[in-house]
Amino acid sequence: MTEAPASYATIGGAPARLPPLGSTGFLARLHKRYFATPLMSIVTIVLAAITVWALAGLFRWAIWDAVWYAPEGAACRDAAGACWAVIAEKYRVMLFGAFPYQEQWRGGAIIALWLVWGVLTATNLFAVSLRLIGWLIVFIATIALLQGGIFGMPHVGTDLWGGLPLTFLIFGGTVAGGLPLAILLALGRRSQLPAIRFLSVATIECVRGIPLLVVLFFAALILPLFLPDQLNVDKLVRAEIGMIIFFAAYAAEVVRGGLQALPDGQEEAAKALGLSYWQRMRKIVLPQALAISIPALFNDIIRAFKNTTFFSILGLFDVLGATKAALQDPNWVRYGLEGYLFVFLLYFLICSGMSLYGRSLEQANARRGRKVER
Amino acid sequence: MPFWRQPRSRAIAWQALLLAALAALGIWLVLNARQALIDRGMTSGLGFLFDETQFALGEAFFSFTSGDTYLKAFAVGLGNTVLLSAVSIVTASIIGAIVGFARLSPNALASSLARAYVYAFRNTPQLVQIVFWYTFFTLFPAARLSWSFFDFVFASNRGLTIPAPENMTAFTAVAAAFLAGCALAWWVAHLADRRRRRTGQKWKSAKPVLLATIFVPALLVWLAFGMPLTWSIPELKGFNFAGGITLSPEFLAIYFGLSFYIAAFIAEIVRGGLLSVDSGQIEAANAIGLTRIDLYRRVVAPQALRVIIPPLAAQYVSLLKNSSLGVAVGYPDLFSVSNTMLTYSGRTIEVLCIMAAVYLALSLAIGAVANFVNGFVQIPER
Repeated sequence: MTEAPASYATIGGAPARLPPLGSTGFLARLHKRYFATPLMSIVTIVLAAITVWALAGLFRWAIWDAVWYAPEGAACRDAAGACWAVIAEKYRVMLFGAFPYQEQWRGGAIIALWLVWGVLTATNLFAVSLRLIGWLIVFIATIALLQGGIFGMPHVGTDLWGGLPLTFLIFGGTVAGGLPLAILLALGRRSQLPAIRFLSVATIECVRGIPLLVVLFFAALILPLFLPDQLNVDKLVRAEIGMIIFFAAYAAEVVRGGLQALPDGQEEAAKALGLSYWQRMRKIVLPQALAISIPALFNDIIRAFKNTTFFSILGLFDVLGATKAALQDPNWVRYGLEGYLFVFLLYFLICSGMSLYGRSLEQANARRGRKVER
Repeated sequence: MPFWRQPRSRAIAWQALLLAALAALGIWLVLNARQALIDRGMTSGLGFLFDETQFALGEAFFSFTSGDTYLKAFAVGLGNTVLLSAVSIVTASIIGAIVGFARLSPNALASSLARAYVYAFRNTPQLVQIVFWYTFFTLFPAARLSWSFFDFVFASNRGLTIPAPENMTAFTAVAAAFLAGCALAWWVAHLADRRRRRTGQKWKSAKPVLLATIFVPALLVWLAFGMPLTWSIPELKGFNFAGGITLSPEFLAIYFGLSFYIAAFIAEIVRGGLLSVDSGQIEAANAIGLTRIDLYRRVVAPQALRVIIPPLAAQYVSLLKNSSLGVAVGYPDLFSVSNTMLTYSGRTIEVLCIMAAVYLALSLAIGAVANFVNGFVQIPER
């Protein structure tokens, strides 16, 4: 009788074998990702041809044949490509609108403040409370720098505010005013009291059902009719009220999602401890619900930034409105495409930055969630 | 416990207080508005709807000239908004579905192009895109130097001129009948499927009956109109085109702006829906030898649609609402027409309220349709 082997297992495992030939390396990757099947090869070739053709055309227009410098636009008239000179010539109007030329450094300071603090916020160097206080200071500084009248800066009326500083101001005001209102509406929608619940639902659903432009026109055209003449507020403030209400109606639904995601036990435990409604909300429910809803809120915040362009339809000079005004110049009126591409790129960079930060918050949230489950 | 300490009576008191405060605010606002109207010598009421207008509208289903009533102007605006939204919704859905599938494609070139598309169109304001498209379309050459595609389609700074059926009413009626036939066929197929599940009997003559349901109504309508077949082909005459129909740069700008922007969002929704189907489902379907079409029709679509439809409906509502941006390029949609009307009539409150009510009704209608469809795609819980 032959002796049975003690074990088939080897100590330390077998030495690693090489992957099958031709399954790694550059060529294999190329094959797998682009030419795995005949159909895929055809799709790759067609798409590549279209992409190369489009990029070559874009390169010719935007770089090779483009005119970068042309005083009064003379050199642009016979050029076959883009006329970037229009931006070199008009960037101050685009970025600062009708703000007095001598005072445009104030607009530049506002843009710098926002960008610097935005980047510092995204690096997560400071505590959340410090970041929020910083934003409050940035917001107040924005208004102070635009308005002037202090520290020897001449006063500038709201009708002259414009460009990127105005866009930032509208955006900041929308988020700062809209978030508290959104929280109130979301709490109202989940309230036990039928009258409050009905009012919140009616407000949210009505505002969500009509276009932002209609809300803005209501605020800009109808509000003055319904207020006594003594209370008449500036057009900018009226439009801002419309923006805040619209943002709040959308954000309220996101906050409500966060409230619903919270286990009922949290509030029940707080109730059992004898906390009042507002204590429960402030100490227990809202901190957790808001943390859950922040990544989704970021989508609404980015939309609020994109929606600042709607002010140009009301005749206010945000970046788009200022660019439209800059392109009215008969010398440059033919180069609208270049001007709007500049605005396109500006928004693209800022919105991409915000959406990247939003995604990092989402990942941080997911990590925190896992830690709690363990 | 005294009654003012009971939670129930306190709740009633708080709500009564809130409602009273709101009512007082409302009365105060209305009184202010009445005073303002009296001060400005303005009248109110809906009677102005039957007054004659002093403006004409460029693009309309039916000709709208100065002297027609305000009510008719509303109808023109509403028609344009509905038409624009409908074609944009179809276009955005098609582009969105293609891009959404492409993002998950094993082909790295297709997926990265799709990702670039989504990034570029999602991270920029829709209004900037619309204004950009408008500028783009107005830079096209004049009619005499227009680009032609096989002498059928002409692109010039007057817009896109395309062939059109001579008898437009007949064409619309036939198309509507065809769509109605498709809906009816889908309904019949749904009933037949339910019957098969209940009784286990297969309906033998299903295919011919369904084909007949799709094509017979359209055929009947076509016969009723006297079998029109002629198409009007555009032709350059002097400085303009004769024949065909011309899609104006305004329409093209808002149409492109709405479609491409919303398509980027739809692509992400489609991608999310496809990813939500468990990979085990697809492996199981492959294991039992389903064809690729059956895999998508029987396994992926029913599960993905549950996830896709609610956010998709929200995007459609968003598209409808943003069609109001037509005002930025001068396309006579509901908002733009209302804007003209309130300038001419001075009835700011009435015009804005009617417009808001119409948009609200349209949004709710899309929501209702989405709910109806959602009821079909939900998998019943057992």
